[in-house]
Amino acid sequence: MVPLSATRLPSIDVVLVGFGWTGAIMGQELTDEGLSVLALERGPWRSTPERFPPTFAQDELRFYYRHELFQRPAHETLTIRNKPSETALPMRVLGSFLPGTGVGGAGVHWNGQTWRFLPSDFKARSHNAERYGAAAIPPAMTIQDYPLTYDELEPHYDRFEYLCGIAGKAGNLNGTIQPGGNPFEGPRSREYPTPPMPQGYAPTLFAQGAERLGYKPFPQPSGNMSQAYTNPLGVQLGPCTFCGFCEKFGCGNYSKASPQTTILPVLLRKPNFELRTESEVLTINVDRSAKRATGVTYVDAEGREFEQPAELVVLCAYALHNVRLLLLSGIGAPYDPVSGTGVVGKNYAYQVFSTVDVFFDDKILNPFIGAGAHGMVVDEFNGDNFDHSGLGFIGGGYISVLQTGARPIQTHPTPEGTPNWGSAWKRAVAQNYLRSTFIPTHGAVMSYRSNYLDLDPTYRDVYGRPLLRMTFDFGENEHRMSDFLTDRAAEIATAMGATRITRNYRKGSWDVVPYQTTHNTGGAIIGDNPQDSMLNKYSQSWDVPNLFVMGASAFPQNAGYNPTGTVAALAYYAADAIRTQYLNSPGPLVPA
Amino acid sequence: MPEGPTHSTVPTPGTAVPGRVVAGSEPWQPGAAAPEIASSAGGYVFFKPAEAAFVEAAVARLIPADELGGGAIEADVPLFIDRQLNGDFGNATRWYMQGPWGEPTKTQGYQTRLTPAQFYRAAIQAIDAVSTRMHGQAFAALNGDRQDDFLRVLESGAIALDGVDGQAFFGLLLQNTIEGFFCDPVHGGNKDMIGWKLIGFPGARYEQRFFLKAFNQPFPLPPVGIAGRREWSR
Repeated sequence: MVPLSATRLPSIDVVLVGFGWTGAIMGQELTDEGLSVLALERGPWRSTPERFPPTFAQDELRFYYRHELFQRPAHETLTIRNKPSETALPMRVLGSFLPGTGVGGAGVHWNGQTWRFLPSDFKARSHNAERYGAAAIPPAMTIQDYPLTYDELEPHYDRFEYLCGIAGKAGNLNGTIQPGGNPFEGPRSREYPTPPMPQGYAPTLFAQGAERLGYKPFPQPSGNMSQAYTNPLGVQLGPCTFCGFCEKFGCGNYSKASPQTTILPVLLRKPNFELRTESEVLTINVDRSAKRATGVTYVDAEGREFEQPAELVVLCAYALHNVRLLLLSGIGAPYDPVSGTGVVGKNYAYQVFSTVDVFFDDKILNPFIGAGAHGMVVDEFNGDNFDHSGLGFIGGGYISVLQTGARPIQTHPTPEGTPNWGSAWKRAVAQNYLRSTFIPTHGAVMSYRSNYLDLDPTYRDVYGRPLLRMTFDFGENEHRMSDFLTDRAAEIATAMGATRITRNYRKGSWDVVPYQTTHNTGGAIIGDNPQDSMLNKYSQSWDVPNLFVMGASAFPQNAGYNPTGTVAALAYYAADAIRTQYLNSPGPLVPA
Repeated sequence: MPEGPTHSTVPTPGTAVPGRVVAGSEPWQPGAAAPEIASSAGGYVFFKPAEAAFVEAAVARLIPADELGGGAIEADVPLFIDRQLNGDFGNATRWYMQGPWGEPTKTQGYQTRLTPAQFYRAAIQAIDAVSTRMHGQAFAALNGDRQDDFLRVLESGAIALDGVDGQAFFGLLLQNTIEGFFCDPVHGGNKDMIGWKLIGFPGARYEQRFFLKAFNQPFPLPPVGIAGRREWSR
């Protein structure tokens, strides 16, 4: 229901809630169709010259440790617990993940690691059941197939990669395996738009070690530019200078693909587009039938409420916010972990991460010469690229050396057994900073019956609305898989000729404190039917057909790759369906 | 910490301006950029004398001056922490600080109702009380070995402080000390880039491609901060 105090504004065709990657993509696509589009962004306007120019963007304390570009928990946070029997407490300080706020969203401070999921990732349940037997999927594991295939999504992955100028080497061109690329990837219709990033010493050593073990290393597909690039919209990006301030930072050099550097210069000039910043959507409004969204209600920086009617509502906020807005608006049946019924909040998943530290006595690696997606990767142990028989888990992840900048507050590795402070610590840091690297393993997280999102009964945000509550822990599957990946990474470290290594296994329950990844997925998933999913394959609400929900909230479980490529591909896929199908005949695009 | 411009707007015609409207082009305003304001010089503004004595003594043990060169004192880490506690970080401006305050599990993170500034104040008082009870002297007056022993016990969580979590405080103090040793000098720590020189980090360099392929060679340029280098202003 719309509060009586809200000022009713003139109706428009489309309202976008949130203005990061998917908001910018949707805005560009739907204005091209001639629709009047309004984007509402809760945070401020952000541009390179005002917020992260090269004169002060390279500040580790300010941007990473003091969180300048990220969501402020004081304004909104969520509560967290590992299992339903615990009492959730608020995430008072950001830690495990760093959601964005403001124009460009987390697309401003991502690393640029741009992946496609494997064809088998889209059939997580049926593929694994067929290859390993139904018993390979434990009853508590609630993984589902995507309602679409890799092949259906391929043209949309391609569009995003060409929008961004992703630097990489194809491993599979129309079914033909290409040397130097990832031989496990699904078929691509064409080569990457720009050549791979040149590789520094540590990634080169990693690739040599991996090759000694018979693996096929390839360059990390990169949203940091290997050369100048002009995208299909005519927007230009400059070559990356390897300054080493990429992840957690805005790029001062127009070298990292972001909404600002790929879409906004074109979109903001269109007469049928408008952006309102510091405009936070409180609810999605529906009519009495609850089958039609009438628009949204938002509050501006002065605390005034507005009702913005629209024919089409598209949620483009971060995955966690999309789910919370659905719950706050009473759209869709909230998921109940006891009965396993309901859809909103279902199948929340994450990423499981471990590392192997690699120390050399005799090699200067200069780890500060970096970029967010600069590195070499092996994919032999991702998804179902290997035989899982007898291993006791499904899924996998990639293993890599990504030399992203080694900024020293965060990165000052010491070998096992070094004290945490004092002269011995100082000596070890001085000895090892230039001579060490680490091998992360970036693993999938399956979905489980008791990992879910709902509204917290106790804690509230600045507007008095319930916070989102996250109930999440890694399963036995994730621990076995991550330990397996860690051991493979350690073998590569040894093959690199390391003087000593440290295996940092992922132990115990998920902990909110150490940063892991901002890859929160699920909660408003796509699927084949309204009993199992919130959205159909076009990211359209089963219940409210003029509502579409973008973002990694759509993933039925998380694959072993970074999500942005798939998030963007799903947005292009949905935009295409709106343009070619929905507008001709507004209504459900898939029969329930 | 500057929050940057809060608006770059084109007013919407009509009575109510619904939010801040961006349309027609990318907004740009002169002077809207928000560079870091350099940390102020001079004495302590947050720490009281006894607190300063503790912090100076403790950080000198955490990152000592030794044969490798200066440590946390020489890097001005106490001054850095003082300025941090006096600002948005110390006041937990960004943190969610609404109750109720539950007893956390091991994985639920920071759950004390104290801001970092309040936490330092309470913890230092409690530490000096324990030190005085055990040794007859405040922490700062102990000899180096005793200070190390005290810090190790604090780190292990084996000491009970009155009303504060000593182990959590140790973690915060160590983190802030490392921040002050390795941050950009604009924040008041890492004086003369002492931390960066120790490890070979060249700082806020714009262009590093020229050395990407120089495998196994020491980087040939000295460190630089976002405000340049001291030599530039001489």
